[in-house]
Amino acid sequence: MLDDFAARALFAALGVAMAAGLIGPFVVWRRMAYFGDAMAHAAILGVALSFGFAISVFSGVLLSALLVAVLFLTLTHRNQTSDSALGVIAHSALAFGLVAVAMSRQAVNVETYLFGDVLTVARSDLAMIWQVLLVVAAWLIWRWRALVTWIVSDDLALTSGYHPKREELGLILALALVVAVGIKAVGALLITAMLIIPAASARPHVRSPEAMVLLSVVFAGVSAFGGLKAAFMFDTPAGPSIVCVAAVLFICSLLVSVIRR
Amino acid sequence: MSLIEAQGLERRFGGETVLHGVNLSVERGEIVTIVGPNGSGKSTLLRMLAGALTPSSGTVTHAKGLVIGYVPQKLTLETGLPMSVRRFLDVPKRQSDADVIHALKRVSAETLSARQLEGLSGGQMQRVLLARALLQKPDVLMLDEPTQGLDQTGQADFYRMIEELRQELGCAVMMVSHELHVVMSASDRVICLNGHICCQGTPEIVQSAPEYRALFGTGTHGTLALYRHEHDHTHDHVHDENCAHGEDA
Repeated sequence: MLDDFAARALFAALGVAMAAGLIGPFVVWRRMAYFGDAMAHAAILGVALSFGFAISVFSGVLLSALLVAVLFLTLTHRNQTSDSALGVIAHSALAFGLVAVAMSRQAVNVETYLFGDVLTVARSDLAMIWQVLLVVAAWLIWRWRALVTWIVSDDLALTSGYHPKREELGLILALALVVAVGIKAVGALLITAMLIIPAASARPHVRSPEAMVLLSVVFAGVSAFGGLKAAFMFDTPAGPSIVCVAAVLFICSLLVSVIRR
Repeated sequence: MSLIEAQGLERRFGGETVLHGVNLSVERGEIVTIVGPNGSGKSTLLRMLAGALTPSSGTVTHAKGLVIGYVPQKLTLETGLPMSVRRFLDVPKRQSDADVIHALKRVSAETLSARQLEGLSGGQMQRVLLARALLQKPDVLMLDEPTQGLDQTGQADFYRMIEELRQELGCAVMMVSHELHVVMSASDRVICLNGHICCQGTPEIVQSAPEYRALFGTGTHGTLALYRHEHDHTHDHVHDENCAHGEDA
């Protein structure tokens, strides 16, 4: 079945969307939307890196995402506000990435990485996506108690014997992994949408953090499925179609919550 | 041994020394109240003792297996975070329904279980935070300005409840306060803080100590002066300086 490009595309999109849906709530709770965005923008630089050092695109993007994390911590420790630090990093990395890709003289279409190209995923890409999904899910289950305590309050975490810095590092690594596999499916410019929109859609309907994560995954999965169907039906680009469906679901979720009130 | 021992604690924030030269220990079952003007380092000291803040120098030693029930000054909860009172009481560890009901009853908040944290009033939130701390079966209960935002009756009730809890659980209580007249009567020991420990002892001793008078006014005598002082912060500054002066010499 996975020989069929349509089936591969569906499983790739589902895998990426569900991984994004899993950590999306944490991005919302910790207000890391712009952080995720900066990682995604830097992914283009990662693509250039992968050409330059003959490593896989996944490794290149992972490296660039971690570089963003290090730069961010350095700049904010040097009295830069976090949004200006992220603004500097995101757009410099994107610009250097675009220049570097052009200089590498590889016959690549940058759009593939900006907007994703889920229809061309190989079996190896698919394996990587699902490995990332499993790793992120396992990490969430393993650290769940500590993560929730940390989200509620740094001080409560510290006095309960947890280390907020460690949990934050875990979240940053998980984010880097999701961005690295998400490039292929929805692209650098839209991966943040898959982190934020499903989580935001889930928020009005849940009363616990657990429920929010689960519903966020459901919304993300439905968006991937519906978006891909729509892409085949209307012959539209897959990544943007998936995000469009997520956005429509968000509006519906909002309407339902308003009506129920 | 003592539950908590602190030696030579110092804390700087961006080059500014907020607290220095603090030595103190907390013993099993005692109620310790830290008082001092705004910016005197009360919360900083409590958070360092609780392990929520690392001292710039000096050490904090906890007794082996020490369980701290920490009640923060306030919880700045993300509006994006859905959390019922019941779920919050499971932070960090899941608690049995029976224990939860008991803890909520203990702080007269049994009706709040299904409510979302977002919608709670300041006083309700304070009770829920306390219930959560109680569920940890703490050796020491640490409260950071627990009566902030409560009215007079609310404050008196709250302190009475803390005293009962100490009787019941046998835990030590360490709290930061600026409501002197109520706290003083309930405490075994009062620590008067202003960047360092100005004086400490039983409420009576502290009340008559010159350092304390320097910090909290000398115009009138006894508890009434302390009470009035709350509404008259204009003298604080001058007296702070006096105090720091006398001690640093």
